[in-house]
Amino acid sequence: MSPIQSALHPAGAHAAATATLFQIFLGVTGFFFLLVLLFLGWAILRRDRGTASDKRLRLTVAAWAMLITVGLFGLTLASYATDRSLFFAGHDQKPLRLKVTAQQWWWEVRYNGATPAQTITTANEIHLPLGRPAQIELEADDVIHSLWIPNLVGKEDLIPGRTTDLQLLPRQVGRFRAQCAEFCGLQHAHMALDVVVDTPEQFAAWEARSLQPAPAPRSEAQKRGHAIVTGMHCSGCHAITGTDAFGTVGPDLTRVASRATLAAGELPNARAWLTRWIADPQAIKPGNRMPRIPLTPAQRSDVVAYLETLK
Amino acid sequence: MTRVDGPDFSGDALHAALAKTWSDAPGFWGWLATVDHKRVGRRYIVTAFVFLGLGGVLALLMRLQLARPESGLISADRYNQIFSMHGTTMMFLFAVPVMEAFAVYLIPLMMGTRQIAFPRLNAFSYWIYLFGGVFLWIAFLLNIGPEAGWFAYVPLAGPEYSPGKRTDVWAQLITFTEVAALAGAVELITTILKQRAPGMSLNRMPLFAWSILVTSFMIVFAMPAVMLASSFLISDRLVGTQFYNPTEGGDALLWQHLFWFFGHPEVYIIFIPAVGFVSQITETFSQRQVFGYPLMVMAVVSIGLLAFGLWVHHMFATGLPRIGYSFYTAASMMIALPGGVQIFCWTATIWSGRPRWETPLWWVVAFIVTFVIGGLSGVMVASVPLDLQLHDSYFVVAHFHYVLIGGAVFPLLGAVTYWFPKFSGRLMAEPLGRWNVLFSFLTFHLTFFPMHLTGLLGMPRRVYTYPHGLGWDSLNLVSSIGAFLFAASVLLFFGNMVWSLSRGRAAGANPWNAASLEWKMPSPPPCYNFDHIPVVESRTPLWDDDRPVIPGLQTDKRELLVTTAIDAHSDLRDASAPPNAWPFFAAIATTIAFLGSIFTPWAVIWGALLMAVPLIFWFWPHDPLEPKPEQGDE
Amino acid sequence: MSETRFVGDASTLPDYGFGARSTTWWGVTGFIAIEGAAFALAFAAYFFLMAQEKQWPASAPPPDLLWGSATVALLLLSEVPNIWLKRAAERMDLRAVRRGLVVMSLIVLPAFVTRGLEYDHLNIGWDRNAYGSITWALLLMHTVHLVTDWVDTLVLTALMHTKHGEKDRRFVDTSENALYWHFIVGSWLLVYVLIYWIPRLSQ
Ligand code: HEA
Ligand code: HEA
Ligand code: HEC
Ligand code: CUA
Ligand SMILES: [Cu+2]
Repeated sequence: MSPIQSALHPAGAHAAATATLFQIFLGVTGFFFLLVLLFLGWAILRRDRGTASDKRLRLTVAAWAMLITVGLFGLTLASYATDRSLFFAGHDQKPLRLKVTAQQWWWEVRYNGATPAQTITTANEIHLPLGRPAQIELEADDVIHSLWIPNLVGKEDLIPGRTTDLQLLPRQVGRFRAQCAEFCGLQHAHMALDVVVDTPEQFAAWEARSLQPAPAPRSEAQKRGHAIVTGMHCSGCHAITGTDAFGTVGPDLTRVASRATLAAGELPNARAWLTRWIADPQAIKPGNRMPRIPLTPAQRSDVVAYLETLK
Repeated sequence: MTRVDGPDFSGDALHAALAKTWSDAPGFWGWLATVDHKRVGRRYIVTAFVFLGLGGVLALLMRLQLARPESGLISADRYNQIFSMHGTTMMFLFAVPVMEAFAVYLIPLMMGTRQIAFPRLNAFSYWIYLFGGVFLWIAFLLNIGPEAGWFAYVPLAGPEYSPGKRTDVWAQLITFTEVAALAGAVELITTILKQRAPGMSLNRMPLFAWSILVTSFMIVFAMPAVMLASSFLISDRLVGTQFYNPTEGGDALLWQHLFWFFGHPEVYIIFIPAVGFVSQITETFSQRQVFGYPLMVMAVVSIGLLAFGLWVHHMFATGLPRIGYSFYTAASMMIALPGGVQIFCWTATIWSGRPRWETPLWWVVAFIVTFVIGGLSGVMVASVPLDLQLHDSYFVVAHFHYVLIGGAVFPLLGAVTYWFPKFSGRLMAEPLGRWNVLFSFLTFHLTFFPMHLTGLLGMPRRVYTYPHGLGWDSLNLVSSIGAFLFAASVLLFFGNMVWSLSRGRAAGANPWNAASLEWKMPSPPPCYNFDHIPVVESRTPLWDDDRPVIPGLQTDKRELLVTTAIDAHSDLRDASAPPNAWPFFAAIATTIAFLGSIFTPWAVIWGALLMAVPLIFWFWPHDPLEPKPEQGDE
Repeated sequence: MSETRFVGDASTLPDYGFGARSTTWWGVTGFIAIEGAAFALAFAAYFFLMAQEKQWPASAPPPDLLWGSATVALLLLSEVPNIWLKRAAERMDLRAVRRGLVVMSLIVLPAFVTRGLEYDHLNIGWDRNAYGSITWALLLMHTVHLVTDWVDTLVLTALMHTKHGEKDRRFVDTSENALYWHFIVGSWLLVYVLIYWIPRLSQ
C-alpha cells in the first residue's frame, strides 16, 4: 500500500509537479554539495603544500561564483515555471467549488449549491471527482490552521478574517489523509481529514446521496436515540438535515456514519469507538470543544444506534 | 600627580599600577558591581550554556515522546509548552546571547582596547538577560510557560485563545532579551568603530569583528520589530487594543510580517558571528590569512543587507499575491551566492595553507559539511511550490537544525575549544576533543537527517503525537535515539570543559600562534587587557616581527584610547566607567516593572518611576578627572 | 621578544571631542537608530492596517487638529533655544549652557499640556478598533520619548549646575542631549502627519 500522507507519492497534478521539481532541486544541490565535498576532501588530504598561488584561487572563486549564479538562476526559473504551470493547471475545465472552514480542531466542508437544498455540508471528509480541478475556498473561524493534502497538493493557511484558496487536480482514485499543518493549539496533532478521490460516477452517486435528508429512525432504539440527539443534548451543537438539529458548533452529523473516521481523523468510525467518543470525548481528545454529556449506558447505545443510520 | 604608561613606566611597576586601577573590589560586592567586559562576558557565556543544557533537556523530552506513535508520556498541554520553551530558550536565551557574549569578551581584546564601550550598560544588559531567562523558566515550572511556539502566531496567542498569563510571560521575555541584545549591539558597534587600536583601519579588522559589526547593525534594525509586535500583543491581551483582531479592523498577518521582519534577520544574527568564529579558526590553523578577505567582508555585509528582504519566505502559505512571492524566492536564493563564496574561501584557505589539524579546525570541517546541507535545504524551501509542501513539516525542522546546530553550534564549540586557553589559561583535553567532533557529527546527522524524510512523508511539526502506520515510526525512533547520543556528545563536551578548567595543560599567551590581538596578553588576560595599547600595521599583527605600541594613557584612572571610525587614527583619550552596582539595581527595577506590567498596565507608570532612581544614580558622573577615582565604591 | 617599540604619544590627545569623534555620540546615535527603526515599523504597521480597512479613519472622525498642531508649534519653537544651546555647548560656554538647559527644561511644559489635550481629541478609543489602537500607540510612543528626554534634560541641568559641569566632556553630553531633542522634534513631525493628516487626506 502506498503511503496516504506523503509528498513523495503524488496523486495529483500539483503534487506531481512539485515532486518533479524536488528531484530537480535535489540533483542540482546534490551536484554542488559534491563539489564542496571534493574540494574540502582535497584540502584535507593535499600533500604538496606551499605550491599554492592565490592567483589561481582567485580565478577559481570567480568561476565558482559564476557557477552558483547559473545554478541559482536555473533553480529560480524551474521554481517559477512550476509555480506558473500549477497556477494554470486544469484551467480549461470548470472547477468543482467547495469551501473548507477550519476550527479548533475539525474541518467543516461545504459544497455550495444553487439553493440551500442543493448544498452539502459535511465534516472532516472531502470527496473529489477524479480528473476534475477543484477550487477550495478556505476560511477559519478561530485561529490560523493550514490545509495540507501532501499526496495531492501543498498547503495553504486558513486565516481568520481572510479568505484564501487552494487549487488541486486529482489524478488517481484513492483515500488520502490530510492534516492541519499550522499549530492551532492543544489538539493540533489531532486535526486530520480524509480526502477521497472518486471516479466521476462514484462522486455523482455520493453527491446524490448526500443531498438527501437524513433517514428517519426506524427501530425503537433508533427512535429513542433520535429523540436524545435532536433534543437539547446534541442539537445545540450539531446539525442533522431533516431534523430539528441545527447546531453549528460541531460537525454536521447528517452523514456521520458514512465517514471513515471520527473526530477529525482521531478514531476509526466503528461502533465501539463511537460509543466511547460519546461517553467521554475529553478522554479521547483532551480539550476538544465537545463536552462530556451525561447519558446512561442505555441512552448511549440508543444514540449510537441512531447515529449509525446516518449514512 | 598622574602617570602615563611609556618607556619609563613599563613592566611590573606598570602592571601593578594598572591592576590597581582596573581591578574590582574583592568579595561579593566587587562581584556584583563589576563592569569588566571579561567577567561579564564569561558570565554571559556560562549562562547561555546553561540555557543550552536546559533547552536540550526539553528537546530530549520531546524526542522521548515522539519516539513511538500514540505515546502517552507527555500530555498535549505539556508538550506544547515544551516545544515553545525549547524554541524560545534556544533562540532567545541561548543562540543570540551566546554570540553576543563571545563578542563582549573578545571584541575589546581583538580591538586592542582595555574595556568595552559603555561598560555599565553592558553589565545591565547581562543582568536583564539573566533575570529574563530565570523569570521565563520559573514561569514554566509554575505551569505558566509559553504555549504558542517560538513565534506565537496570533490569534492563537491573542487574548481569546490563550487566556491566562502564559503568553504574557512569553511576550515579556521578548522584551527582556531585546533590551539586553540592543544594549549589547550599541556597545559593540561603538567599541568596534571607535576603540580599535591605532592603525587598525576597517580593512585590517579581523573578520570576526566584521561579523559582529554587521550582526550588531542587524540587531539595531531588526529587534525593534519584535519589540513593537510583542508590545501590540501585550496591549491586545491586557488593555483591549485591536491590532490583531480581524473583527475590529486588525489583522493576523500584521503579526507575521512584524515577527518575521525580525525573525529572518534573527537567524543570521545567530549565523554571522559563527561565520566569524570559522574565519578566525581557519586563519589560525591554516597559518595564513583567510583567502579573499574583501570577498568575505562583502559576503557578510551582503547577507546582512539581503536578510531584511526575505521575511516573506516564512509566509508562503498565507495566500499573499503569487507574483510577490517570486521576488522573495529569488532574494532568498541569492543568499546562496555569498554563502557559497564563503564556503569556498574557507576551504581554499585550508587548501592553500599549512593546516594544523587541531580540534577547532575539525569543528570547521564538521561545520562546512553540515551547514552546506542545511543551506541547500534552505534553497529548497525558498522555492514557493516546494515550500508549500515542505512548510511546517519536519523537513523545515531538519533545515533549521542543520543550519542552527551545524551552522552555529559547531562553530561555537570550535570557538570554545579555540579560545578556552585564553579564557582560562588552559587547553582543553586531547584527543578527547577530536573524538568529540566525530561523535557529535555522526550523532547529529543520525538525529536530524531522518527528519527530512519524515517531513516529506507528510509529518507536520508541532504535533505532540502521531498515528501509527504512516511510515513515520522508525524514522522518529532513529531521530530519538540519535538525539540522546547527540546529547551525550554535548555532555561530553561540557565534561571536557569542566575537567580542563582545573587540569588542562597550561597554555601560554598564544598557544596556537594566532595572529589577532587577543592573543597578545597573557592567558587569562589581566583586568586591564593591554599594558601598552598596541599599534597595528597589518591584518595579522601578531605575525608581524615589529609590534609597536602607543604610550601615554593614564594609569591611575580608567582611560581608553579613542580612534577615528574608518582609519583608526588616534584621536582622543576617553574615561571608562568604574565598577558600580547601579546597573544591577536598575536591572532589578526594570524586572519588577516588566513583571508588574503583566498584571496591571499601571506598572508601566510606577515601574518607570522605580527605574528612574537607579538610572539617575548610574548616569551621575563618576567624575573621572578627580584625583581619587571612586574605585570599588558603591 | 625584542624591545617594545613606542610610537606616538596618547597623552597629548584631548580627552573629549564633539560629534562623531566621541563615543557618546555613537551611543546616542545608536539609540536614535533603534528608536527610529521602531517608529518606522510603527508607521509601516499604520499603513498596513490602513490598507486592510475599507474606510480610514475607521468609524470615527479624524482627530481634531488644534492641539496636535499646537504641539508642533511648541516643539518647533523649542528648537530655537535647543540649537542655541547646542552651539553654546560646542563653544563650551558654561553660563550659556546652564541657562539654555533651564530654558529647555521649562519649554517642554506647555507641550505636555497640549499633548495631554491631544489624547482627549483623538475622537477614538484605543480599544475601539485597530485604527484607534495604532493611533493611540503612535501618540503614546512619542509621549514616552518626550517624557524620557525631559527627565534626561532635568538630570543634565542639575548636573551642569554642580561642579561636574565644569568638566569639558560634560559639554559633549549637553551637545548629544540636544541632538536627541532634534530626534524628538523630527519624529513628532512624522507622527503628526500620520495621526492628523493621513486620516484627512484619505477620507
Ligand atoms: C542559522 C540559521 C539559519 C540559516 C543560516 C538559514 C539559511 C537559509 N534559510 Fe533558513 N531557517 C532558519 C534558520 C536559518 N536558515 C530557521 C530557524 C527557520 C525556521 C523558523 C521556524 O519556522 O521556526 C528557517 C526557515 C527557512 C525558511 C521557511 C521555511 C518554512 O517555514 O516553510 C526558508 C524559506 O525560504 C529558509 C531559507 C533559507 C535560505 C535560502 C538560507 C540560505 O542562507 C542558505 C545559504 C547557504 C547555502 C545555499 C549553502 C552554501 C552554498 C553553496 C554550497 C553554493 C551552491 C548552492 C546552490 C547553487 C544552491 N529558511
Ligand atoms: C540553536 C537552536 C536549537 C538547538 C541547539 C536545538 C537542539 C535540538 N532540538 Fe530543536 N528547535 C529549535 C532550535 C534548536 N534546537 C527551534 C527554534 C525549534 C522550533 C520551536 C517551535 O516550533 O516553536 C525547535 C524545534 C525542535 C523540534 C520540533 C518540535 C515540534 O515541532 O514538535 C524537535 C524535535 O525533534 C527538536 C529537537 C532538538 C534536538 C534533539 C536538539 C538537540 O541538539 C539537543 C541536544 C541536547 C543538549 C544540548 C543537552 C545536553 C546537555 C545535558 C543533557 C545536560 C544538561 C545540563 C545542564 C542543565 C547544564 N527541536
Ligand atoms: C458543546 C457542543 C457539543 C455538544 C453538546 C455535543 N457535541 Fe458532538 N462534537 C462537538 C464538537 C466541537 C465536535 C468536534 C470535535 C473535534 O473533532 O475536535 C464534535 C464531534 C462529534 C462527533 C464526531 C463527528 C465527526 O464527524 O468526526 C460525534 C459523532 C458527535 N460529536 C456526537 C455528539 C452527540 C451524540 C452528542 C450528544 C450526546 C454531542 N455530540 C454533543 C460539539 C458538541
Ligand atoms: Cu488546526 Cu493545526
Ligand atoms: Cu528566513
